[in-house]
Amino acid sequence: MTSLLNRLFGRAKKGSGATAKNRLHFVLQHDRINLPPQRMEEMKREILAVIVKYLVVDEDRVEIALEQRDRAHSKLVAEIPFAKEKQIQMELRTEATAGESPGAKSNGAGTAPIAAEEEDRSEKTSGDSKDGATVAEVDDATAPGADAEAKDKDKK
Amino acid sequence: MAGKVVTISSGKGGVGKTTATANLGISLASLGRKVVVIDADIGLRNLDVIMGLENRIVYDLVDIVEGRSKLRQSMIKHKKFENLYLIPAAQTRDKMSVSPADMVKLTDELRDAHDFILIDSPAGIERGFRNALEPADEVLIVTNPEVSAVRDADRITGLIEAAEKGPGRLILNRLKPDLVKKGEMLSSDDVIDILGLSIIGIIPEDELVLSASNSGVPVTLNTDSKAGMAFNNVARRLTGEDVPFMNLDDEPGFFRRLARLIEAW
Ligand SMILES: Nc1ncnc2c1ncn2[C@@H]1O[C@H](COP(=O)(O)OP(=O)(O)O)[C@@H](O)[C@H]1O
Ligand SMILES: [Mg+2]
Repeated sequence: MTSLLNRLFGRAKKGSGATAKNRLHFVLQHDRINLPPQRMEEMKREILAVIVKYLVVDEDRVEIALEQRDRAHSKLVAEIPFAKEKQIQMELRTEATAGESPGAKSNGAGTAPIAAEEEDRSEKTSGDSKDGATVAEVDDATAPGADAEAKDKDKK
Repeated sequence: MAGKVVTISSGKGGVGKTTATANLGISLASLGRKVVVIDADIGLRNLDVIMGLENRIVYDLVDIVEGRSKLRQSMIKHKKFENLYLIPAAQTRDKMSVSPADMVKLTDELRDAHDFILIDSPAGIERGFRNALEPADEVLIVTNPEVSAVRDADRITGLIEAAEKGPGRLILNRLKPDLVKKGEMLSSDDVIDILGLSIIGIIPEDELVLSASNSGVPVTLNTDSKAGMAFNNVARRLTGEDVPFMNLDDEPGFFRRLARLIEAW
C-alpha cells in the first residue's frame, strides 16, 4: 500500500540507486589504492598480529579502516583500544546486571546508553569515520552511567 | 589563436563517446567554430556513420600517418557545415599502426586553421586510448549512471591525471530523471560526488538518439530532442560560455501518475 501511495504521490524512496552508490564507494576505495578487499583483510590481520606481540589490546574493538575524501586523499585509520578499558567495562556491566539497574528493564531507557556512547566516541574521533559497527558493539551496555564512568576512569 | 584539442573518453564501451563527439562537433560548427573530429577507434570505425558521412570516405587516419595521403585531402567535409571536417579511422588496421606521437603531430598541423579538434577515443585503456590522450588539451569523460560505467570512469580519471591531462570534465549520459526520482538510479549529484570531477554535461536518455544514428543526422540538429539540447549546451560550455543546466524533470502530475497506475494494473 505504501508503495502504491508513493507511486501515486511521486514520493522518493530508497531504492537500488542508494545501493549502487554504496557499492561504488566500496569498489572505488579499493581500486584507487590498488588493494583488493581480501588483501586488505589480510593486511589488517597482520598489523594486529604485530601489535598484540607488544601490547594487550581489546581485539574485538580494533578497527582498521580506509578513509577516503577523494582520489588523492586516502588514509588508513586505526583505532586500537587497550584491553584495560574493556575489563573495566565488563566489571561495571556485571555489577549493573546484578543490581538490576532501571535501564535494563524499561525499554525507553534502553536506547539511552547507546546514544551516550555514540556521542562519546564521536568526540574522540572528531565526528567522522564512524558507522554502524560502533552501535552494534555497545548495544549490551545496560547501565546509563557505566560507560561514562569507565571513560572517567580511563582519563585519570 | 591556436585550436584546442578535446579528447572524449570513457574507459567503458557503449556509454556514448561517439554520440557525444558527433554532436559536439555539429554543435560547435553551428556556433560558427572551425572543427575537426577525429575517429581514433581504429578497427571499429563508427563516427562516419553517426555523422552520415560514410559514403564520402576515401582516405583514413592510417593513410595520413603513413604518408599515403595528404592531410587536407583526407579530411571529409560535412554535408551541412563547411566548417566541420571528419578524419575517419581505418577500418582494417590495428591500433598499433598509429602512435601517440603521430597523433600529436597530426593535431599540431590542424591547430592553426581550426578552433576545436575533437578526438573520439576507443574504449579501454590501451594504445588507442593513449593515442587519443597524448595530444589532448582537455579530456571529457563520458559515463552513464551505472556502477560499472562510473567505476571505469574513475579508472580513466586516474590515468588522465597521471598523464597530467587532468582534471577531466564529466559528461553524464543516458540519465533517466524519473528513475532517479524513484531512487532507482544514481543521480548526477551521486556521480559527481563519487568521482570528484566537475561536470560539463548531463544528457538525458532519449529515443531520438537512436533515430538520429539510424539516419546519420546527429540528434543535436533535432530541436525537439532534449539530449540534443543538452549536447548543444555542452558545446557552448566548451567555448567558455556559462550555460545553466537544463531542468530534466518533466515530473508528471497527479492525474498522469494515476492514469499510469491504472494502465499498469
Ligand atoms: N542519450 C542517449 N539516449 C539514448 N541512447 C543513447 C544515448 N547516448 C548514446 N546512446 C546509444 O548508446 C549506444 C552507444 O553509444 P556510442 O556513442 O556508440 O558509445 P561509445 O562510442 O562510447 O561506444 C548507441 O546505440 C547510442 O545510440
Ligand atoms: Mg565509439
